[in-house]
Amino acid sequence: MTADAATPLAVGAEPAGAAERRDARRHLVLLLPALLTLGAFFVYPLLGILVRSVDKNGYTLESYRQVFRTGVYLTVIGLTFRTATIVTLICLLVGYPLAYVLATVRPRLARWLTIIVVLPFLTSIIVRTYAWMVLLGRNGVVNQYLVAAGLTPAPLPLLYNQAGVVIGMTYVLLPFMVLTLASVMQGIDPAFLRAAHSLGASRLQAFRRVFLPLSIPGVAGGALLVFILSLGFYITPALMGGPSDVMIAMLIEREVEFTLNWSFASALGSILLVLTLAAFVVYYRLMRLERLFEGAG
Amino acid sequence: MIGAEGQRVGPGTIALVAVATAGLVFLLAPVLIILIVSFSSGNYLSFPPPGLSLRWYQRFFGTPAWRQSIVVSVQVASLTMVFATVLGLGAALALVRGRFRGKAAVYGVVLSPMIVPTIITAIGLYFFFVKLKATGSILAMAIGHTVLALPVVVIIITATLQGFDLRLELAALSLGASRLGALRRVTVPLIAPGVLSAALFAFLTSFDELLIPLFLSGVEVQTLTVRIWNSLVLEVDPTIAAVSSFLIAVTCAVLGVSALVRRRGDA
Repeated sequence: MTADAATPLAVGAEPAGAAERRDARRHLVLLLPALLTLGAFFVYPLLGILVRSVDKNGYTLESYRQVFRTGVYLTVIGLTFRTATIVTLICLLVGYPLAYVLATVRPRLARWLTIIVVLPFLTSIIVRTYAWMVLLGRNGVVNQYLVAAGLTPAPLPLLYNQAGVVIGMTYVLLPFMVLTLASVMQGIDPAFLRAAHSLGASRLQAFRRVFLPLSIPGVAGGALLVFILSLGFYITPALMGGPSDVMIAMLIEREVEFTLNWSFASALGSILLVLTLAAFVVYYRLMRLERLFEGAG
Repeated sequence: MIGAEGQRVGPGTIALVAVATAGLVFLLAPVLIILIVSFSSGNYLSFPPPGLSLRWYQRFFGTPAWRQSIVVSVQVASLTMVFATVLGLGAALALVRGRFRGKAAVYGVVLSPMIVPTIITAIGLYFFFVKLKATGSILAMAIGHTVLALPVVVIIITATLQGFDLRLELAALSLGASRLGALRRVTVPLIAPGVLSAALFAFLTSFDELLIPLFLSGVEVQTLTVRIWNSLVLEVDPTIAAVSSFLIAVTCAVLGVSALVRRRGDA
């Protein structure tokens, strides 16, 4: 870099190809520290998991065989997918109208509403999970009010079961859905809707035939993102679920911490990793992840 | 609403507003309730609280173990902030301005720590650091958090750089500024708000994160999130409401300062 600064006149004399190559090289120097860090402390440890999954004093697929032959593990994988699907659908149902309002109200109001979405989005997951534990417990706030209002004779079991897991995960993941949807909806030109109205479409027709189809990329992107993140959830299901609400991530943690069966934990981890990355590749072609932060910034 | 002028408010609109309001309440209420409950004078977490007091905050700030955890969390988050911002600034500059093959793929790799389940990253790093006998160190936790914060930093700085007109820098150069001078007098002041905001978000990413320190911290060195986790596994202690409110306050501070810095940057 300093060499460049010393010889600014030489640049023009050089053939274009050389200048371009040098430009590329300079940018690679800027990029390299980040890539090396990720290589050493992210990619390499992940490869370590993949290697460990087939290495048990010699290479073997025994751990994978164990996963796919044991009913319990398949049940856990099935339950993980089921929970992820339920959470994704609820996020979509609640998130779509919310995003629609966010994308179509006046900018000033939209900014305030965005803060309401972003504040929980940026609050620690453990804090958000704790909040729902306080709300949903047997003597929690929700049950206090339900009983006091006479809606239920006894406190409802809302915590330490699947309902608790779904509520908690929906809470954590809803902002991802809303921000993804809103970023797509904000890009829909209101002129299209005005055109539909002027051609005689009712509001519902204009929404159904114009707005909804244009918002589908956001629906797909948001749903995929929430689904991907759900698959790997650990904190919320571990704290809010019951003994039978085990998700893949919890199983992995158990094998690492208690069973100390690292090869088996690695096989489970590799399965989760491959599933997630496959979904990410689809997502990445559909959406840009950075859109999430346009609202947050 | 789109084309709201002169249109009657139909049942559809009312339903829409109702659902959206319910969604907003769902998002905001838990955070607000924790903030309120943390000032409770009661022994249990009831809402509304029977009276107001600072007893849970006294318990939080008065317990040496909690105080030590604040120090650990701040240390890990500060190191993360420095590492991630330096690395991320370089990467963002290269990704926005550089012309090289495989850029999209590199960008995908840089963003991937956001997508790979954190539990996997945490376990990978755990295996890695156990071999080096480096678990339980502040540095190991900060390195793990740097991996997680890097995508956040790159996204925010990339957005800033894309809004930056490269011609301003070229103009400075053509008016006789040296490369370093142009960088110092034109580029840095213009992208500084974005970089500062990215640094704050890197700090927050680390400060709020549980899984990396859960695997990498030792018995002695525990972050705030790990200590919350350890208390929650046992019981729902009202002190956690005060600790949680503290974390929420840090989030609000980061959001507020970031917004302030950006507004001044725009002016």
